[in-house]
Amino acid sequence: MVSGLIEKYFRYNRLPHIWCPGCGHGIILRSIVKAIDELGYNKDEICVVSGIGCSSRAPGYLDFNTLHTTHGRALAFATGIKMANPNLKVIVITGDGDCAAIGGNHLIHAARRNIDITTIVFNNNIYGMTGGQYSPTTPKGEKGTTAPYGNIDKNFDLCELAKAAGATYVGRATAYHAKLITELVKSGIQNKGFSFIETVSVCPTYYGRKNKKGDAVNMMKFLKDNAINIKAAKSSDAERLNGKFLIGEFYKSIEPEYTDEYNKIINIFQKER
Amino acid sequence: MDKKVKLMQGNEACVEGAIAAGMRFFAGYPITPSTEIAEISAQKLPRVGGKFIQMEDEIASMAAIIGASLTGLKSMTATSGPGFSLKQENIGYASIAEVPCVIVNVQRGGPSTGLPTSPAQGDVMQARWGTHGDHPIIALTPSSVRETFDLTIRSFNLSEKYRVPVILLLDEVIAHMREKIEIPNEDDIEIINREKPENDIGEYRPYETKGERLVPPMASYGEGYRFHVTGLIHDETGFPSNSPIVAEKLIKRLIDKIEVNKEDIISFEEYNLDDAEIAIVAFGSTARSAKSAIDMARDMGIKAGLFRPITIWPIADEEIDELSKKVKTIIVVEMNLGQYVYEVERIAGKNCNVIGFGRANGELITPDEILDKIKEV
Amino acid sequence: MSKKVEFRLSGAGGQGLILAGIILAEAALRDNKNAVQTQSYGPEARGGASKSEVIISDDDINYPKVRESDVLLALTQAACDKYMQNLKENGILIVDENVEVKDRDNIKIYRYPILRTASEIIGNKMVSNIVALGVIQGVTNIVSTDSLREAILERVPRGTEELNKKAFEEGFKLANN
Repeated sequence: MVSGLIEKYFRYNRLPHIWCPGCGHGIILRSIVKAIDELGYNKDEICVVSGIGCSSRAPGYLDFNTLHTTHGRALAFATGIKMANPNLKVIVITGDGDCAAIGGNHLIHAARRNIDITTIVFNNNIYGMTGGQYSPTTPKGEKGTTAPYGNIDKNFDLCELAKAAGATYVGRATAYHAKLITELVKSGIQNKGFSFIETVSVCPTYYGRKNKKGDAVNMMKFLKDNAINIKAAKSSDAERLNGKFLIGEFYKSIEPEYTDEYNKIINIFQKER
Repeated sequence: MDKKVKLMQGNEACVEGAIAAGMRFFAGYPITPSTEIAEISAQKLPRVGGKFIQMEDEIASMAAIIGASLTGLKSMTATSGPGFSLKQENIGYASIAEVPCVIVNVQRGGPSTGLPTSPAQGDVMQARWGTHGDHPIIALTPSSVRETFDLTIRSFNLSEKYRVPVILLLDEVIAHMREKIEIPNEDDIEIINREKPENDIGEYRPYETKGERLVPPMASYGEGYRFHVTGLIHDETGFPSNSPIVAEKLIKRLIDKIEVNKEDIISFEEYNLDDAEIAIVAFGSTARSAKSAIDMARDMGIKAGLFRPITIWPIADEEIDELSKKVKTIIVVEMNLGQYVYEVERIAGKNCNVIGFGRANGELITPDEILDKIKEV
Repeated sequence: MSKKVEFRLSGAGGQGLILAGIILAEAALRDNKNAVQTQSYGPEARGGASKSEVIISDDDINYPKVRESDVLLALTQAACDKYMQNLKENGILIVDENVEVKDRDNIKIYRYPILRTASEIIGNKMVSNIVALGVIQGVTNIVSTDSLREAILERVPRGTEELNKKAFEEGFKLANN
């Protein structure tokens, strides 16, 4: 049985997808589509843009205006699209390497402009498409094919990065917390400005195997056991929070949006004419 | 003075031409000696309802104009040597995804940071082969301010007509000099817009071509067609494919759409070639020096003439072949240490003597130097 | 004067010589002549030695740069020292009164208090470039004086028209006395 969501929003003939058994990306993608469905947008007004990597294959499966770009550049393409046609709801799907390494500069500047784009990172802590190299979110000490003796890089907290750069909506969920993904994406799309949502995924094929994290079920269980919602964390003692990571809505503010500001400039001259 | 006659800088004429051609989106990053193009675009675009954005880097600027073009806006970016290197990644994307856009490269001395404020013509080969893989490209190169205006319009027209990135190769001399320009009336300017699909929604295959026409009609994002665009090898549906048959078919069509339309794309100027025994091949600002040198040579009774490629890529191979059968020697003069000369040699070498005369020290080659070379021959 | 005249306007960055070159070229267009203006770019355009070059011709202008000029304006000693050797035989050298001209045969030298006229008579050294244009016109009569007057008014900032008009006339007077 094909679910109604898949029938309505997926390019059914493009399936099955390329993701490995046990990969978290499918759950995340479905949760995003659910958010779009609940918001009731017309498919023609949604534009989904991606870069390169496992996550970036997502737009090809979706029945929207879709663009699969070059490595790291999704936000730069998306900025052109949003500037040129502000009526489009622009969503960027990206991965940890795509967004935080090669695309890191585009991320901070899109956030700084507060341009109305919702960016969703599928963070699996590894370069999956190329076979398991360490990424900017691979925890220190963990292994990748290019960190055979353990990764000595300090990893990014992507949400802190986006917030510091100027994003006006920031949140984190995991592939286990699918309902939370939908909630955050809904709020993110509705935020008139740059929204950043980190979705912690699982990569049993590379990250899991390299680092002895067990199978996909074990990795999902890890997400379940170690993620604490920021609301719950506020009333928790330090001991309970030790070694855990936060999920939920982290930051929200109202700031002037980039395309609105540019339209004000255009309007000055339209009055003149 | 007629209102339409003005003293104008090359970079300014480029923006005037772009806006006349319908440019409504510009993304760029500051770099000498192309910066005026960004500055003037920033000033003029909002006045015509267009958009300007200064992106965080050159790569992002190239990406942004492709994004904007996919929504239907005619888009341009401008840069110079080091920035042109950075843009190559997404120039390749525009080639394979067939997204119309114009890239202005004001050539300066290289390699690397090189000579930022001095002219050069060292990016001739990079304009052709700068991005990886087999790909189509059109590159035009003006040698006056007025021609910069005209060729910017033509760049947009060719880009829209063939769904290909078009490179406008200026050099620092043409970009920065001011000279007389008579802006033509709007009615006298030919504007070409991309062909739009006539299919019903649902039947649109974004890379499907019909008959002889090798260029697929192009929908815009937001119009209802909901198509997919990728930098991967793709079939007519726009979705990726690993099939060698699909790959071969796509790449061949991308190359052929330029190759079979060369007659429409190629333009050139011939000066005093009728009875010439020595032909100079030169383009951009160097062609101006060559013209002076030819006048001086003619005064001395030397039969010299100029072949000036205006479309630099694809190369005017048939015309150069014809030329090589009429003259004894072709001298290719360029502000580099030998790039276009090898292409000319490939075409003309079997019929006549081909020699190169170049320099890469940041100084425009003078008419006297070219005259000396003519006399030497 | 021959059909093609090449000018080099030189001095210190900030003296407005680029603008002076543009105005001179625009005046030539008003006379239905051809003109090409080029200038120095980069660090030197922001304070060091600066030059603006103009070629005026009845015919098409191919090679756009000035090698040996027919006319050299030098407002500073450094500019004069640097560019004097590239003045043609029988060329015209116009210098500010502060500039010492080294020996050179076969040139015509005109020395005027250009900078002082701007600062003392007009009361604003910013208009030195326009005083210089007045002197150039007075010495060379290269364009029609009315065309040059119009070209100046078209280019100078709004509100400074009178000041610049006066600057031009004072410069013109210097050369015609």
